[in-house]
Amino acid sequence: MSSRLISWLLMAPGLLWLTALMIVPCLLIFVLAFFERGTYGGIDWSAATLENFARAFDHLYFSIFLDSARIALIATVIALLIGYPAAFAIMKAPERWQTSLLFLAILPFWTNYLIRTYAWIVLLNPVGVINNGLIYLGLISQPLPLLYNEFAVILGLVYNYTPFVILAIYSALQRLDPSYAEASRDLGASAVTTFIRITLPLTAAGVAAGAVFVFVLSIGNFVTPDLLGGGKLQMIGNLIYDQFLTARDWPFGATLSGLLIALMMIALFMQAVASGRARGEHV
Amino acid sequence: MKFKHIPAFLMGGAFAVMASISLAQAEKLVISNWDGYMPKDMAEKFKAETGIDLEVAVHATNEEIMGKVTASGGAGFDVLFVSSPFAEALNKLQLLSPIDHGKIPNMANLYAEAGQLKHDPGNTFSVPYAWGTTGLCYRSDLVKAEPTSWNDLLTPSDDLKGKITMLATDRWLMAAAFLAGGLSVNTDDQASLDKVRDQLVATKKDLLAYDDTTFYSKLVSGEATLVHAWDGWCNYGIAENAAIKYVVPKEGSDLWVDTMVITKASKNPDAAAKFIDFVLKADNGKWVVENIMYKTPNKAGMEAIDQSMLTTYPNMAITPAELLKYEQLRDLGDGMKAFSKTVSEIMAAK
Amino acid sequence: MSRLLHIHLGATFAFLYIPIAVLIVLSFNRAGLPTVWSGFSIEWYGRLAANPKILASAWNSVIVATLSTLIATVLGTLLALGVERAKPSPARDALLFAPMIVPDIVLAIALLSFFTLIKFTLGLHSIILAHVVFNIAFVCAVVRARLKGFDWSLTEASRDLGAGHLVTFRKITLPLILPSVIAAALLAFTLSIDEFIIAYFTAGAGQASTTLPMQIYSMIRFGVTPEINAMASIVMAVSFALVLLAQRLNRGRMPGA
Repeated sequence: MSSRLISWLLMAPGLLWLTALMIVPCLLIFVLAFFERGTYGGIDWSAATLENFARAFDHLYFSIFLDSARIALIATVIALLIGYPAAFAIMKAPERWQTSLLFLAILPFWTNYLIRTYAWIVLLNPVGVINNGLIYLGLISQPLPLLYNEFAVILGLVYNYTPFVILAIYSALQRLDPSYAEASRDLGASAVTTFIRITLPLTAAGVAAGAVFVFVLSIGNFVTPDLLGGGKLQMIGNLIYDQFLTARDWPFGATLSGLLIALMMIALFMQAVASGRARGEHV
Repeated sequence: MKFKHIPAFLMGGAFAVMASISLAQAEKLVISNWDGYMPKDMAEKFKAETGIDLEVAVHATNEEIMGKVTASGGAGFDVLFVSSPFAEALNKLQLLSPIDHGKIPNMANLYAEAGQLKHDPGNTFSVPYAWGTTGLCYRSDLVKAEPTSWNDLLTPSDDLKGKITMLATDRWLMAAAFLAGGLSVNTDDQASLDKVRDQLVATKKDLLAYDDTTFYSKLVSGEATLVHAWDGWCNYGIAENAAIKYVVPKEGSDLWVDTMVITKASKNPDAAAKFIDFVLKADNGKWVVENIMYKTPNKAGMEAIDQSMLTTYPNMAITPAELLKYEQLRDLGDGMKAFSKTVSEIMAAK
Repeated sequence: MSRLLHIHLGATFAFLYIPIAVLIVLSFNRAGLPTVWSGFSIEWYGRLAANPKILASAWNSVIVATLSTLIATVLGTLLALGVERAKPSPARDALLFAPMIVPDIVLAIALLSFFTLIKFTLGLHSIILAHVVFNIAFVCAVVRARLKGFDWSLTEASRDLGAGHLVTFRKITLPLILPSVIAAALLAFTLSIDEFIIAYFTAGAGQASTTLPMQIYSMIRFGVTPEINAMASIVMAVSFALVLLAQRLNRGRMPGA
């Protein structure tokens, strides 16, 4: 068997699954972008139109997108700063402990999203555990605004998605051969230089995967802005959810989602090209 | 991990799943409701009385069951519990069966007013299950002055700033401002929408949060002192702290109605009618009042409750005639586009 | 350096477990309020034991998460192996990212419309089919992170020595990528067990295909009671016990690169 044939055979089941259960169904929805909402929330099939795109190119939706992207980006950076060293520490642990440590990092997330979020509300609210504790200790006299704002939303996103960063980076760190780093150190490079020149580039794929996870999951999230943000922040996830379910305007929801996907694809593609160049690979 | 065992495990799993499918295909009646919105033993009692298996699916929000029924045509569901604007839209989308009063003798248990609801006069496609008002719920021990007007919420006094919440659900959020401005709760003209938007954006700065799930809990903890609330939910707060009170502002309220509807896709509309008839028994109406603390349009049920509830929870004593004076939220039809854009503008405002 | 790393790992675990500690405390809360403490009680554990709906939906979630993880881990790993050996293709990469980017509500409505169109009967199995879609993408991305710059000469050497493809896979490739595959499976299981909106839309009508998140969200309107916290506390305790047990059983036999 040629290696080309083998790689196609390996890819076939997954690609078929995605084609049958994602591409085809989603095309059914994206077609709706070219029609209008019926009076009571169905689809008006009588005439195709570009009206939805005209509606979508509105400053309002663009600013919601930018705001969500900004919040998602901040959450991504923080999750990487927490997740990278944590993954590194797990990789440095004795081998027989590594899998258990990975499990321990992810176990809290087998509970339910809603009740984890309620737990944060108990901790952060103006009369909550943290504020009352700080007041009791005399460190503050007025409660700190920890909840129902952007800080709380970012905290919630970082909390829920950091373990995914740990898993992705741990996966990439596995290919790190300790002898590279040792060689580098033997040649007189400092720990920092070794990390930047050897370790980081070798784990770039894991960092990229982890970053993508946090960013895409954050930008599409709608529960955290509602509960921890007190509904005062509108994210792109809320906007799209509301178009489909609250406004029952599937055509407009499909339009906004289509544009979102296009934007993210472009961003990912540019990132892939850029990182490919940086690593001297041809993409 | 032993990889060679995975195929066997997968097959076992597949069989387990197929077994659950064939079980699911036995003849039965399927309803969808919020969890906890009817007696837990409803299915057993219904089966004992009629011999029909009752399966209860659950939904989280009106919007979700509506989306599911719209996308699937309602296949698999016989009876749905939804709020009246959604019942109205489902009917306009021709997804509902008409209600055959001849098969539901217990309709006689309802107040006469239950047949005069504007979204469905004569109960042709929906049967009301519970109803009530939307107003202000507050800590009488923590507010300086008892609120009486929607403007007490929308332009709060200094002591209330940062301690108020408003309902997050779009139609009720907007209704508060419509009522304050003397407008219909179903307003959708652009000029009024803009005016209301400016008001709500201004109010947003003084809000603790938009909340339609835990606002009563925030009152109990003291996080909030004044919240925009449905009367029944305010009662959950009153049950925990007697200093919590409810008031319908002087400008009025909307009349919210939760209803039961039969899907057009139902393969067993007669059994569905039997179920609705069963729900309308006085016992079940009584259960809703005593356990959910909502008023019901079920006269027989309201008369059967412990009348001391009416003094503990004064909003329970609002009569059907008073309720009928308030306007119901109606499906906005083509007005929904402008309406929902206005809501997005409020939500995105800083 | 190593010490700092340990401190960081400890702090990270503290961060991840603080809300869990709160949640366990709340499971002993007397009143049914979701965020207010009002006295100690073990009543909710008793109520949980008597609530077949919550227990059955938790079991359904375990079935969905386990099967969708197994299928997605196998397909996603094969996909990653194939993609990293094939010529780079931006179009294919886009397809592999798509399930992560498509908003959940879009995939949910799209799949329900599609299943309705082809008259496919819904149930737990349709939730599994749907969860595999996004899980494939996540598994594939995690395993690919390991395979970037993978030294394929090892597998070629094995083949040169006369080993077949399957033997090479089992003896050479799999041991090398196993830690990544485990990480990927953990991620998939976590995403699936907590997923609500796609599960809600692709589920059949009735208790038989109600998952735990669907059950919990449906309780919001009349109060999410501490029964759910009790359920979560038990899940945590059982998972913890399983991890410790595995740790004891596998002492010295854990897979490594």
